[in-house]
Amino acid sequence: MATITKPETLLGKRIRRREDPRLITGTATYVDDIKMPGMYYAAILRSPHAAANIRSLNVQPALARKGVLTVFTGKDTEHAGSVPCGAALPGLRVPHHHLLALDRVYFVGHPLAVVVATDRYIARDAAELIEVDYDVLSAVADPEKALAAGAPAVHPQWPDNTAFTFHQEGGEVDKAFAEADVIVKQRITSQRLIPMAMETRGVVADWRAAERALTLYTSTQAPHLVRTLVAQVLGLEDNRLRVVAPEVGGGFGSKIDTYAEEILMAFVAMKIRKPVKWIGSRREDFLCTIHGRGHVDYYELAARRDGEITAIKLKIIQDLGAFLSLLTPAIPTLSVLMMPGLYRTKNIRADVVGAFTNCMATDAYRGAGRPEATHGIERMVDILAAELKMDPAEVRLKNFIHNEEFPFPTATGLVYDSGDYAAPLRKAMDMVDYGKFRQEQARARQEGKLLGIGMSTYGEICAFGPSPATPAGGWESSQVKVEPSGKVTVATGISPHGQGEETTFAQITADELGIGLDDVIVVHGDTSLVPYGIGTFGSRSTAVGGTALYFALQELKTKLKKWGVTLLESEDVTLADGRCTCNKSGKSVSFQEIAFAAYRAMKVPAGAEPGLVSTYFWEPPNFTFPFGAHIVVTEIDRDTGEVFIRRYVAIDDCGKILNPLIVDGQVHGGVAQGIGQALWEQAVYDDNGQLITGELMDYAVAKAPMMPWIESGHTVTPSPVNPLGVKGVGEAGTIGASPAVVNSVVDALSHLGVRHIDMPLTPEKIWNLVSAGGGK
Amino acid sequence: MIPQEFEYSAPKSLDEAITLLGRGAKPLAGGMSLIPMMKLRLAVPDHLADLGRIKDLSYIREHSGSLLIGATTTHYAVESSALVRSKCPLLAETAANIGDVQVRNRGTIGGSVAHADPSADYPAALQALEAQIVARGSKGERAIPIDSFLADTFTTALEPGEIIREVIVPIDGAGVGVCYQKVAQKASGFAVVGIAVRIQRGGEKLSMVRVGVTGLSNRAYRATHTERALEGRTGTPAEIEAAANLVAQGVDANSDIHASAPYRTHLAKIHAARALAKALARAE
Ligand SMILES: Cc1cc2nc3c(=O)[nH]c(=O)nc-3n(C[C@H](O)[C@H](O)[C@H](O)COP(=O)(O)OP(=O)(O)OC[C@H]3O[C@@H](n4cnc5c(N)ncnc54)[C@H](O)[C@@H]3O)c2cc1C
Repeated sequence: MATITKPETLLGKRIRRREDPRLITGTATYVDDIKMPGMYYAAILRSPHAAANIRSLNVQPALARKGVLTVFTGKDTEHAGSVPCGAALPGLRVPHHHLLALDRVYFVGHPLAVVVATDRYIARDAAELIEVDYDVLSAVADPEKALAAGAPAVHPQWPDNTAFTFHQEGGEVDKAFAEADVIVKQRITSQRLIPMAMETRGVVADWRAAERALTLYTSTQAPHLVRTLVAQVLGLEDNRLRVVAPEVGGGFGSKIDTYAEEILMAFVAMKIRKPVKWIGSRREDFLCTIHGRGHVDYYELAARRDGEITAIKLKIIQDLGAFLSLLTPAIPTLSVLMMPGLYRTKNIRADVVGAFTNCMATDAYRGAGRPEATHGIERMVDILAAELKMDPAEVRLKNFIHNEEFPFPTATGLVYDSGDYAAPLRKAMDMVDYGKFRQEQARARQEGKLLGIGMSTYGEICAFGPSPATPAGGWESSQVKVEPSGKVTVATGISPHGQGEETTFAQITADELGIGLDDVIVVHGDTSLVPYGIGTFGSRSTAVGGTALYFALQELKTKLKKWGVTLLESEDVTLADGRCTCNKSGKSVSFQEIAFAAYRAMKVPAGAEPGLVSTYFWEPPNFTFPFGAHIVVTEIDRDTGEVFIRRYVAIDDCGKILNPLIVDGQVHGGVAQGIGQALWEQAVYDDNGQLITGELMDYAVAKAPMMPWIESGHTVTPSPVNPLGVKGVGEAGTIGASPAVVNSVVDALSHLGVRHIDMPLTPEKIWNLVSAGGGK
Repeated sequence: MIPQEFEYSAPKSLDEAITLLGRGAKPLAGGMSLIPMMKLRLAVPDHLADLGRIKDLSYIREHSGSLLIGATTTHYAVESSALVRSKCPLLAETAANIGDVQVRNRGTIGGSVAHADPSADYPAALQALEAQIVARGSKGERAIPIDSFLADTFTTALEPGEIIREVIVPIDGAGVGVCYQKVAQKASGFAVVGIAVRIQRGGEKLSMVRVGVTGLSNRAYRATHTERALEGRTGTPAEIEAAANLVAQGVDANSDIHASAPYRTHLAKIHAARALAKALARAE
């Protein structure tokens, strides 16, 4: 066979995740799998009250327990700094967040003391022996109640419970409202959710006093950030602190934060001069890992009779919780950025009030601010369509930003990079046969059946992000090391924990270098192994980290070529398909031969150095803005109010697709969490601040049998922001799903006069509406 | 999970287990209810007697018109038993509706009735079947009718030191139709309401109607008002609806975040009607 075929590219192929064998055979190493010689175990005593003064704390009974080494309380950590909040807003009130409560507790689960013992059972038993005398105070767990006059003050120094207010405005809002043909208003909530990573948080801290070196193994999405922040809080030099994120069993945003326990375990290890482990229980994870959402939104939309949206007003009341976690106050500002959705209006006004409550902090949970905004605008468009008696698809098509308007500056200060917003909607409508469905629906209604169709056309901000727009830098790093054998090690600053970049980054590398997928390994999540990086969140890993890798590979190729020139003794060479070839003689050297020569270094090319390594830090010029359309068909049991999803069509545009298998997986997981919010999930605090959905027996996450079949498809609008053309897809499913489901259910009930239902759409809520003959 | 410290024994015989219970040990069967309580330290037993090693406590046997089911028989064993499916299909259908497959692989019938969770599935079926619970203690054995066995929420007629050895259910003849209908709580899988129906047709008329209800109130009960309203009737849709509407008569309905009392009551009526109709169709 003499034909020479270009090897196929690996990018774009459904390549199975190389991460999976170790995960499904149970051989991955999570924090709890780490055991150190002489390691102690910590258990944390937590407050059972949402608000109380601590009259006294007696640790003697715990200390007396055999096997207990020591107990630390708030007095010991009083000067150890504050759990960090990295977000800044003008006038923001940031309460000092001690590692352990000092004289007052602010939420159920607030840590009071840490018991260190020879095993975890003794530690837990001993923690229960600690005697605490609480003076229980009244608490407030609802953000609107917290803002009402006379509410108990979460922080006594701020009786109005207001952490900040934030205002953003663009265009001529008052004029648009004055001239509007129609105005629609709605209060829309986005309930508190529990992120629920399968692996609870956990830390192992190992202090080597002689070297003044601390290693922290922690289940995190951002190991370098943890290193910087823990070092800062404890006054350690950051080069003596190594943070390792071993296998991380999910995060969904909840493991971006640097938590009290991470700092606390570092503190404990340094005090006891021994390794120490703390693993959170599921209950602790419910109570003390950040929650998501927690919005009460008041929307007003102004429009013309033909369906053109002319202005949007939004008031957000954000339930912050008692303390500000890493990004807590920034999350609702992302909702503001995203509030126009995919629509053209430049007249917007947003007011955010951040309310303290006696609850766990809210922070970034899959989508982080964008699902709330998307839910709001997508519900409002449907409400407008109902008001105007127009088809919701028609209203959307009328208001979409046109293709020729990109890059499109929004009234909220973003520049949408690229898009073709009608394309996924049309594709999704074709897939469900929208026109035919409407006929079927009319027939079903005559038979008394409740059938609905709902859509959401979402947009999102991904690839966080240009550094000026982020609290801690928005660039990403990558290092490509070619070993003397020609095998390649990629070190990346992102910290994947389920997203599959060990596979996709190997695909990028193998394609660029013309070598095999198995010649490449990808390492991450260890600050001693990889250059400083920002981490994995905000659908940024491939768009920013992948791009950093791409540029590192370009630099490496320049080096390879120099070696090729020297080895082939010709200036006229081509680097392709894993070889460097002389264009005149046809002689060539393989990638492996170059690698060996670079380390053997018999003759170093001019302007080169021995070895083959390249490192690149890439600063993105903009965010990316994926989009898509989800359409959901639901049927409602009118006797019970139960919702059944009959069809789920998801068309997502995340730019170029590097691995369709992984993209589908991300969409499926995201949709599961979005449907979960729409139908089942809710973190419910009672009036005393007790979390009454604090167990998986009461908090309903989506399980496989509860999921509909997802018919997914894509349109591809490459991003001009990065050379890979990718946009990000980690959060898309979650953002698209909840409004599509709610719109579908409201559509099924629209002939009964129902305009809006707040999530979760429990059967009881729906039954109440149906049996009352509709809404208001 | 980190429970409080406890002693663990694995008796090899029932007598040995009863001796241990006499010394204050608590039986451990599938652990699907007890272990979660220990995890939360709501249960803090000093001593557990694991019934799992007792020979001949897990069985399904036919004996003079009844099925005898050993206390440690798992939900899965009941669900998949050809004998139960043919002789007491209501129990098999109910077992198949419990939790998820992992729970059914470990959880046992004895543990379920001993726990007396007001939302558990088995008790509804056992009420409809007028089952007997055989308990053994140091003083010997007694058979307790299910209705008196289920005293209250998490409370049974078992005396301290008594152990459930067996559950006895009747084998129905031809012409009996059964159905278990359940609304599962989305998080736990437990019944928000569960309705078990057993109907016999004698010629045109319904000669026997038994309806067991779980999830609605403090304990699973027999809906005798519904039963009486249908017995002797032919079972027209209107009669079924009217009878189903009596299913919660005189019952104080539970209310929690998963369902308010009025909604629970409504669900009980709807599902009673559906279960009755299905059972009737199966009786034909
Ligand atoms: C996730 C999950 C979902 C579930 N969903 C459902 C559901 O949908 N429907 C449902 O009905 N149940 C459900 N359950 C409960 C399950 O059916 C349990 O298996 C059952 O309630 C208890 O049985 P066990 O064998 O596990 O008992 P254990 O947990 O071992 O014991 C329960 C109690 O019974 C006592 N006990 C056990 N055996 C005996 C005996 N022979 N004599 C006297 N006392 C005894 C124990 O001391 C203990 O107090 C669920 C459980 C879980 C964890």
